[in-house]
Amino acid sequence: MEIAAIFARLREKFGEGIIGLQTENVDPWIEVSPQILPEACKFLKDEPDLAFEMLNCITAVDYLPETGGRTDVQKGRIELIYHLTSLRFVRRLVLKTVIPRWQDNETGRLPQVPTVSHIWPTANWHEREIFDLMGVYFIGHPDLRRILCPEDWIGHPLRKDYQMPLEYHGIPLR
Amino acid sequence: MTPLRRLLEEESWEPVELRTEEIFINMGPQHPSTHGVLRLVLRARGEVVTEVVPYIGYLHRCAEKIGENVAAQQWIPYTDRMDYLAAMNMNLGWALTVEKLLGLEVPERGRHLRVILVELDRIASHLVAVGTYALDLGSFTPFMYCFREREKILNLFEWASGARLTYSFIAIGGARADLPSGWVEACHQFLDELGPALAEIHDLLTTNAIFVHRTAGVGVLAPSTAIAYGCTGPVLRGSGVAWDLRRVGEPIYSRMYQDYEFQIAAPDATGRYPDAAKLPSPPKKAVVGDCWHRYFVRMYEMEQSAKIVRQALDKYTASSGPVGQPIKHTHKLPRGEAYLETECPKGQMGFFVVGNDSPIPHRVRARSSSFCNLSVLSELCRGALIADIPAILGSLDIVLGEVDR
Repeated sequence: MEIAAIFARLREKFGEGIIGLQTENVDPWIEVSPQILPEACKFLKDEPDLAFEMLNCITAVDYLPETGGRTDVQKGRIELIYHLTSLRFVRRLVLKTVIPRWQDNETGRLPQVPTVSHIWPTANWHEREIFDLMGVYFIGHPDLRRILCPEDWIGHPLRKDYQMPLEYHGIPLR
Repeated sequence: MTPLRRLLEEESWEPVELRTEEIFINMGPQHPSTHGVLRLVLRARGEVVTEVVPYIGYLHRCAEKIGENVAAQQWIPYTDRMDYLAAMNMNLGWALTVEKLLGLEVPERGRHLRVILVELDRIASHLVAVGTYALDLGSFTPFMYCFREREKILNLFEWASGARLTYSFIAIGGARADLPSGWVEACHQFLDELGPALAEIHDLLTTNAIFVHRTAGVGVLAPSTAIAYGCTGPVLRGSGVAWDLRRVGEPIYSRMYQDYEFQIAAPDATGRYPDAAKLPSPPKKAVVGDCWHRYFVRMYEMEQSAKIVRQALDKYTASSGPVGQPIKHTHKLPRGEAYLETECPKGQMGFFVVGNDSPIPHRVRARSSSFCNLSVLSELCRGALIADIPAILGSLDIVLGEVDR
């Protein structure tokens, strides 16, 4: 099944929740709205003719306003990219969802997106990593703690506007 | 009558009321069987473990953040330091990802050269995995046997690249250099010696009664659980799923292996391996998905890799032309995103790159196979004995440099 057919299946099921299909990129992707993300993922995993049993990777990419290149999101954006694999049909799929950098454009409030860790347990650690390094809050995650940085670290290092702190517990960092 | 005897014969002894309670045990971050700086918190009732919580991040070196600040070619040395036991495979993963974004094609001779290098490194990595696994289970000899063979691979790599561990040899666009003269013959000689050496390790470990008792039927991972947790590589194949990206990967990667003959190392439902007549048969206690099968998949894969290297050496010598010119540091990456997974010794290592019309990528991401394989540990260890935790952890074969990046 080509990505266009998968897109048509999703459109049929979720309507406007499936925002678009981008085929010009090296890896074509389907963009979905964050609200219906878990339902769409469950559909992709459970439908017998889709059967995306494996979630390979979740990536978060931060775009500051000036480097965005997209006009509809004024305050920059964070893109979450889900790479899925169907072992049964040897097929790969890229899902993308776009969220604001800060919830309600209020600096300091982490943007929120529903978790998919109940669909693929592997998302548990990937979402923890994104929470840790990129500062995205996953609603419904069972154990959202920092995973790579120390528990009391301040800030989210992979954000493009991250400033390295001057010291950590008396250890000079700069 | 001695005072002690008198004390023992007094009838006032009463049995002491003993309490049983849950205890927490900290394993690591400096524990020898955690293969690096990994901390496990075990919750145990007597000898039975009810929960394992891994704590990682001790070796976090901000590789992804660094990748956003250097040119794509300059990030190659940082990929070396992820899975430092199979640095060639890491180099290849990143190089192919950027080549996929650039639409770059490596000449045929360069592709065969890469196959030789990554498959040799797969053997080296599995030798460490098997050797240290035996060490975890209390057997020292196989460790020395494995390292003796690995040393020969490192010598070959040192001859070709100048480095023994972090090679940075495979570059975006090809390889840093061609193989020196005489290297191919030396590699053939090594492969001739590898077969008997593997047979020795089979004799020492595979059917060894103690080894079988420690591994067969321990830490059984169901295929559905393995897939749900994103486990890949020998961990997934040990559960009986014949999934190997060298055969089913994306075209840019699987094309490298299309003319090669080899078997995917995965047991069928009865625990039999393809073409394994000369190898020891699985012990009766072994269950598909247990520690023994994960170990045996690695042993089997080494023989297959040796087979691939032999074919690659022939194809490499038969082909002519360049091995590919590494791109310049100022080479601009086009706007776009590319993701690619390759079959590394530990599992599927994925790299993701976002280009931005600049030589420096906007974002890089490393999807680590050890990271996903480790996340299944708490599921595997529930109900296991404390003494089995090193056996289960060792069978996952993680490298903390790759987990923490």
